[in-house]
Amino acid sequence: MADMQDKGTTRETFDLAVIGAGPAGMTAALYAARAGLSCAVFERLSPGGQLAQTEHLENYPGYTQSTSGFDLAMQMHEQAASFGARFVSEEVVSVDFAGAPKLIDTAFGAYAARAVIVATGARPAKLGLAREDELAGRGVSYCATCDGNFFRGRDVVVVGGGNTAAADAIYLSRICGKVYVVHRRDRLRATAIYHQRLADLENVEFVWNAEVTEIKAPEGKVEGVRVRDKVTGEMRDIDCAALFVAVGMRPNTEFLAGALQLDETGYVRADELGATATPGVYAAGDVRTKALRQVVTAVSDGANCAEAAAEFLSE
Amino acid sequence: MSEVVSSENFQTKVLESDKPVLVDFFATWCGPCRMVAPVLDEIAAEMEGKALVCKVDIDQSPDIAARYGVSSVPTLMVFENGQVKKQTVGAQPKQSLLALLA
Repeated sequence: MADMQDKGTTRETFDLAVIGAGPAGMTAALYAARAGLSCAVFERLSPGGQLAQTEHLENYPGYTQSTSGFDLAMQMHEQAASFGARFVSEEVVSVDFAGAPKLIDTAFGAYAARAVIVATGARPAKLGLAREDELAGRGVSYCATCDGNFFRGRDVVVVGGGNTAAADAIYLSRICGKVYVVHRRDRLRATAIYHQRLADLENVEFVWNAEVTEIKAPEGKVEGVRVRDKVTGEMRDIDCAALFVAVGMRPNTEFLAGALQLDETGYVRADELGATATPGVYAAGDVRTKALRQVVTAVSDGANCAEAAAEFLSE
Repeated sequence: MSEVVSSENFQTKVLESDKPVLVDFFATWCGPCRMVAPVLDEIAAEMEGKALVCKVDIDQSPDIAARYGVSSVPTLMVFENGQVKKQTVGAQPKQSLLALLA
């Protein structure tokens, strides 16, 4: 890692650094490039974020046919790049926002920028069960559309009650045997449209007020789960070949290491225009404190942050 | 570039390779697989002469995926002397994949 003490003298310096190339970051880059700023977007994988991993997008305005998230993400990438945004395929591992310019270290290089937009998004939360990590790829999955096919005709468990869990259960019901939905409450948190769709599926069984307490994998791959009824305390064993975990998200903010104020769950504190408490540093998309985390709110954040950054830089 | 291998050449390309081989078990319809693909191409170019990067399409070569117990995509394995030396599941940044080969 580069030495944080070299205050930007030997570093390639941009007007704006965007960290994360999901919908928020790519939209920020689009607006920044069009505003005439030199702009670099740092991304640990290739561009797209969670959007690129979304099978179908049914609630992005203007698309009446269900849209592939990957295709939309690739179009966002091309669009931002066409206006001059530079995409750097390096993971940002540490930052220093205390001085000017702001310093950004990646796994492979050292950069600086006069303003920064943090748009690193969020990742699926884990259950926190024993053996969960060891069994990832051995029946524990955080991506139903990726791994559902490996369990064709087999019984599976989905844990969670939000939109991701509901969409996962619907998807899996088409390829798997029985689909158990284990949720800690007595009704889904998912958007209303999912409730009837799930109720109509004969091979979906809800296990309400319940939590998974143990993953059974005597031979090193998932064979079942033990579930506790939170009301009665009763234990129940469910045989299943896979456990799909969809219990919410965790923000990707570890790399900030104190550089920005976070809320108690790790999200970057920012206002509706994306401004953080640190002048010249903004937060856009799922990574920031906000009420609704969707592609449509992420792109809105990106535009607002780029605008705010451009204004900051002109002062 | 990374090369897609199949049942016909997995033995010669991967198992009999005299260099370490990073094998990406992927599916064409898997979002995280598509996101890690350009990273694998970069690694293939940078590690040329030191290591190989091969890809197994799990729909085209389900026999290979089954033989190695793959039940998640992408699954990335490093083969040395015909044996699986390391493996990891899910899209990973470049430095993590380079560390697998180290």
